[in-house]
Amino acid sequence: MKEIKERTIDNDLFNVGGKTLTSRLFIGTGKYASDDIIPEVCEHTGACVITVALRRVDFNSKTDNVMQHIPKHMQLMPNTSGARTADEAVRIARLARAMGCGNWIKIEVITDNRYLLPDGYETVKATDILVREGFSVFPYINPDLYVARALVNAGASAIMPLGAPIGTNRGLRTEEMINILIEEIDIPVIVDAGIGKPSHACMAMEAGADACLVNTAIATSENPTLMGKAFADAVNAGRRAYLAGQAVARQLASASSPLTGFLS
Amino acid sequence: MLVTINGEDINFNKSITIENFLKEKDIDTDAVVVELNKQIIPSEDYKTTYLSNKDILEILRFVGGG
Repeated sequence: MKEIKERTIDNDLFNVGGKTLTSRLFIGTGKYASDDIIPEVCEHTGACVITVALRRVDFNSKTDNVMQHIPKHMQLMPNTSGARTADEAVRIARLARAMGCGNWIKIEVITDNRYLLPDGYETVKATDILVREGFSVFPYINPDLYVARALVNAGASAIMPLGAPIGTNRGLRTEEMINILIEEIDIPVIVDAGIGKPSHACMAMEAGADACLVNTAIATSENPTLMGKAFADAVNAGRRAYLAGQAVARQLASASSPLTGFLS
Repeated sequence: MLVTINGEDINFNKSITIENFLKEKDIDTDAVVVELNKQIIPSEDYKTTYLSNKDILEILRFVGGG
């Protein structure tokens, strides 16, 4: 019996975007005090997927190339950050693909500078175009059921609902809405943004999310390598709890020890 | 000839290829993607693509992001 359960966990691969992943923790490359630590974080998290952004080369400053820190085996997930419309997202996606690192793209279309909330309408439009062009599209969204359904219809590889605004570390503020998406949407649900602590990631995975993307909480911790490992453990724990099927919550006590054979 | 490169207007005395411009700026061609007037230029064409007056050139690369 024990053996069977262990095997279930070992075989718990995540198929998404035409790839088979051995980790359900996706990580980012933003905000590290030094990018030199990125390889170590990759190793300790066991992450298979890593995000990057596309920006203009600055001719006046000789900065590090982030790509030199990313292990070759990892699946790159460029984002379209900076895009304010579907057309801009499509343009960035095409440029990112021309870099020759695969066809995955995380759609971010944001016009709101205060909360960095994604524009669902433009995101659906961009997804529709990019799926037709052969991209594996991972849209960052508000956890909205109708937007999620439109993305399924457009052929998105997964949806990436936010737990809280980007970089806030406030946790699963949208928990109820994410639970609805998990219940209703048949493509993978990857919780992105706002996850500040391993327990937040664990909670999302327990609820049945397929994966979590964590950047700020790892990158800006005092020890990103150790925090990365903590997140990997939390994602695994939550996933195992989900697969195990949770015990029923009750209002009243239910004795764990037999209620017979007491000493008199 | 005036070319807008990454949002900055740059004057050139004579025509120049994308490849030569990248070399001049010491940019590794494998680490960037180039867009000329909103058209992506394949790296094998850097050598033969000359910049023209009023061109808009974008040279981009991957950076850290979430």
